[in-house]
Amino acid sequence: MINKVCPSVTQAVADIPDGATVMVGGFGASGSPIELIHALIDQGAKNLTVINNNTGNGEVGLAALIGNAQVSKMICSFPRSSQSRLFPEFYKQGKIELDLVPQGTLAERIRAAGAGIPAFYTPTTVGTVLAQGKEQREFDGRTYVMEHWLKADYALIKCEAADPLGNLIYNKTARNFSPLMCMAAKTTIVQAGRLVERGGIDPEHVVTPGIFVNRVVEVSEPVHEDTLIAEGRCYP
Amino acid sequence: MTTGWTREQIAARTAQDIPNGSYVNLGIGIPELVAKFVPEGREFIYHTENGLLGMGLPPSEDERDLDLMNAGKKYVTAVPGAAYFHHADSFSMIRGGHLDVCVLGTMQVAANGDIANWSTGVPGAIPAVGGAMDLVQGVKQIFVVTQHTTKTGEPKLVERCSYPLTGAGVVSRVYTNLAVIDITPDGFQLVDLAPGVSFDEVKNKTGTSVLPPADNG
Repeated sequence: MINKVCPSVTQAVADIPDGATVMVGGFGASGSPIELIHALIDQGAKNLTVINNNTGNGEVGLAALIGNAQVSKMICSFPRSSQSRLFPEFYKQGKIELDLVPQGTLAERIRAAGAGIPAFYTPTTVGTVLAQGKEQREFDGRTYVMEHWLKADYALIKCEAADPLGNLIYNKTARNFSPLMCMAAKTTIVQAGRLVERGGIDPEHVVTPGIFVNRVVEVSEPVHEDTLIAEGRCYP
Repeated sequence: MTTGWTREQIAARTAQDIPNGSYVNLGIGIPELVAKFVPEGREFIYHTENGLLGMGLPPSEDERDLDLMNAGKKYVTAVPGAAYFHHADSFSMIRGGHLDVCVLGTMQVAANGDIANWSTGVPGAIPAVGGAMDLVQGVKQIFVVTQHTTKTGEPKLVERCSYPLTGAGVVSRVYTNLAVIDITPDGFQLVDLAPGVSFDEVKNKTGTSVLPPADNG
């Protein structure tokens, strides 16, 4: 019987090596896999390239991973926010590289990687500095920019419920990039608020089919980034 | 000295131009206020790019769900009939031309429809683009809402943008505290003046020429 359940977040992230490219699900605080990120901080892998829409908030989760000097490069669409302090600090000191990608292009590059499509054309960025140096081509009289797929070694994902095969459902807007990242990473590690038995998720309701998932660890009552920040918490 | 429309009034005036049944994406700031002023007898469906169609008003303290946010990372609600989806679907709605109207704030907007609202290009500043470049390319109509001038009185409506562009030739109409202005092949053209505002004042506070309203007679 296939069983992707892993007993702890510590074991789930144990093999992530220095220099790995890691996708982290979530949009701002919603959908951020805080327990998996904190396990990666404890594990200590360095020189990581991290792909997320943002750069974390406060001194917990993704921001804490950056603050712990484990990230050498961020690929994201929006590195600023009112509560993001650690990324700006590291960026201004030249300690972290930034690759800025428009949000829809980021999503589609991740999807393309999962779908086996090495490149695609998009109208996004035409006529802007972000299109400079990229191949452009006309289709039906309109100019488009070529963008490449974006792959990762690992994805860290939070979901509402999972079964032992890795079928997943999410909660509201906490879904965001996660189903795409599950497809695009060689090894997808998921923290699930509930672990249900096989058949516990209606096949009609599965959002991420288990084929895209490698490891599932149950984290019931996961902490939420917004709650940690409101409480003034730091990690570690 | 206060003449013209308040932020609320700019939003209300913008809402007047959105057709019934439109799928609408609202940017951060004054654009968010548009949702408060849906004209009688019309229904708009709001899209937020982080994966919700059918966004409702902000929740009460009791209704708040930490996993239900808008693209500005503010808590929202979902109306009956709402749908959740992942980011690639969300930007397919945007890029694929399925949304009718996008209302955006800006730093500069030019007479040729160029918009610059993501970066001042100042060295050392941290650039952040989000979904703006996808929205301006994909949504059928781009409405810009903005104060007519910066806090220091510089025009935000200009001949050509000096800041890095978000998109070229994409804006259809501009709503400011002083006026409603169309982008036409001949440049800015006045549509409406706010109460107590003269056409001369609009022309003086715009960085390039503004044509008088089209003759509808």
